[in-house]
Amino acid sequence: MAVVFQKPKSLTDKELHYCPGCPHGIIHRLVAEAIDTLGIEGRTIGVAPVGCAVMAYDYFSCDMVEAAHGRAPAVATGLKRSIPGNVVFTYQGDGDLASIGMAETVHAATRNENITIIFVNNAIYGMTGGQMAPTSLPGQITQTSPYGRNLETQGYPIRVCEMLSALDAPYYIERVAVNNVKNVLKAKKAVERAFRNQIEGKGFSLIEVVSACPTNWGLTPRKALEWVDERMIPYYPLGVYRDKDAGIGCTPLSMQTFKKEG
Amino acid sequence: MSEKVLMKGNEAIAEAALRAGCLHYFGYPITPQTELTAYMAKRLPKTEGGVFLQAESEISAINMVYGVASTGKRVMTSSSSPGVSLKQEGISYLAGSDLPAVIVNVQRGGPGLGGIQPSQSDYFQATKGGGHGDYHLIVLTPSSVQEMADLTSLAFDLADKYRTPAMLLADGTMGQMMEPVELPEPHTSAVDKPWAVTGTQMKRKHNIINSLYLSPEVLEKTNFERYERYAAIERDEVRYESYMMDDAEYCIVAFGIAARVAKNAITAMRKEGMKVGLLRPITVWPFPKDAVHEAAQKVKGFVSVELSMGQMIEDVRLAENCLRPVVLCNRAGGMIPGVDQIVEVTKALMTSVEGGAR
Repeated sequence: MAVVFQKPKSLTDKELHYCPGCPHGIIHRLVAEAIDTLGIEGRTIGVAPVGCAVMAYDYFSCDMVEAAHGRAPAVATGLKRSIPGNVVFTYQGDGDLASIGMAETVHAATRNENITIIFVNNAIYGMTGGQMAPTSLPGQITQTSPYGRNLETQGYPIRVCEMLSALDAPYYIERVAVNNVKNVLKAKKAVERAFRNQIEGKGFSLIEVVSACPTNWGLTPRKALEWVDERMIPYYPLGVYRDKDAGIGCTPLSMQTFKKEG
Repeated sequence: MSEKVLMKGNEAIAEAALRAGCLHYFGYPITPQTELTAYMAKRLPKTEGGVFLQAESEISAINMVYGVASTGKRVMTSSSSPGVSLKQEGISYLAGSDLPAVIVNVQRGGPGLGGIQPSQSDYFQATKGGGHGDYHLIVLTPSSVQEMADLTSLAFDLADKYRTPAMLLADGTMGQMMEPVELPEPHTSAVDKPWAVTGTQMKRKHNIINSLYLSPEVLEKTNFERYERYAAIERDEVRYESYMMDDAEYCIVAFGIAARVAKNAITAMRKEGMKVGLLRPITVWPFPKDAVHEAAQKVKGFVSVELSMGQMIEDVRLAENCLRPVVLCNRAGGMIPGVDQIVEVTKALMTSVEGGAR
């Protein structure tokens, strides 16, 4: 019988620990498919975050490093500077990347560090059981915003792609979603592009994946995907925020692309 | 033999690191260690394969170190006390992931922002942990610019040999002073690192650099295994200098700049016929427990000379095991105990011991 569908080679046989209906599985798959397509598994190093994806080091069959909370872009910088011929990616959640690790994120971006960042935004801290994230929506009820996120006392959600594309340096920034087939296909292209940018030595690429957390949102998996369309995407519009090749979202200075070793 | 050159302590560390094959350096400016960062900024971009990066914070610097160390290459960061506090998270992760790296602390007075003058008040932080969890660093304490170079070299070798981060615990005096130094011969790591992440090349199972073990049984096992390595370090890597201890009736224990002042005090006291010697720990972890314990069998008392409110004195007391009185001779906040103070405190100890015996 012909094989028509199989697990990407760069995923291990380890069973994923994610909750039923969690899109992390899809996003892992997209990363693995990109690695397979580009034939780079043997020279790729992944950096796992702290958060739901903390055990990603068991799931990808390339070499992996587990970083401290939020520090993945700094760890990835060390890795890439040490072995520039290798491909280095981080896989981070919203608390990791946009809260405790914001400094590391911004500075890796402004150095146009030649790494690939997969940023999973589900507007909540999943691993610890549903606390407010830097990307939790206005009024969103979480364990630490039980009366809804109060913009006056708890601040506004951070739009990472918009913020980073104000910098001159970063090469490629795109926001995608994985809540329906059409969006998954777009996300697949974006993730692959982010890896290809690095191989071509173009520089910093960040793909924000608007995700869902049925467990901590208190919704069924199907309802959670609908909530992505109804609530998340209006606040976090999908699209390309920076593409130096296409001249999208560029600042006057940002067209000076710093060529780095791929 | 290399020729002698006149160098600042901070620069001697940097040059010795380069000669030990450390081509990756990540730092953040802080007094009184900035010359080290500046030296690396000048040299590494002109060195083949060299990487210098001024990180956005000490936290990022230590995590960049973590990244390079994961690839098996020699790597260093340096800072001074407040900055080293910020690095503690990363140091705990380095220890938990069994990664070799060298961290330099050119200490200044604290706590808090403290001051910029020399201090030894990070002794507890360096020798007892600093970050969270059960771990130790190999901690080397230079007492001359020559040792700034030699111990930097040694720190890289020991870190690789035992797969552990090592710290050079200097102070502002050592960092800023200039002395002639014979630089170590260039050498690199002789240790094979099959655990490093450099890409599987599709030839082996993936390597994982990690400190997370959700099973307590497994985590406990990694702790016990690490402590077996620490036991080997305690057995084989203790280093100290014994100065005029053969006939000594009183023993001063001091390291770094304090040991240099202590030697002058001993010269002065010996002229007066007082038999005083010095034990100078070169490793403060592992602490030269046996040497202190052995001295306690012969001498009548100990003086711990420190640029702190008395931190090493706890290790001296543990090692001499209540056999003899141990007194503290200290200055803090960036001040250095002088010869007069050491002589005075030692004499007071003598009076109390021998006065009581009469």
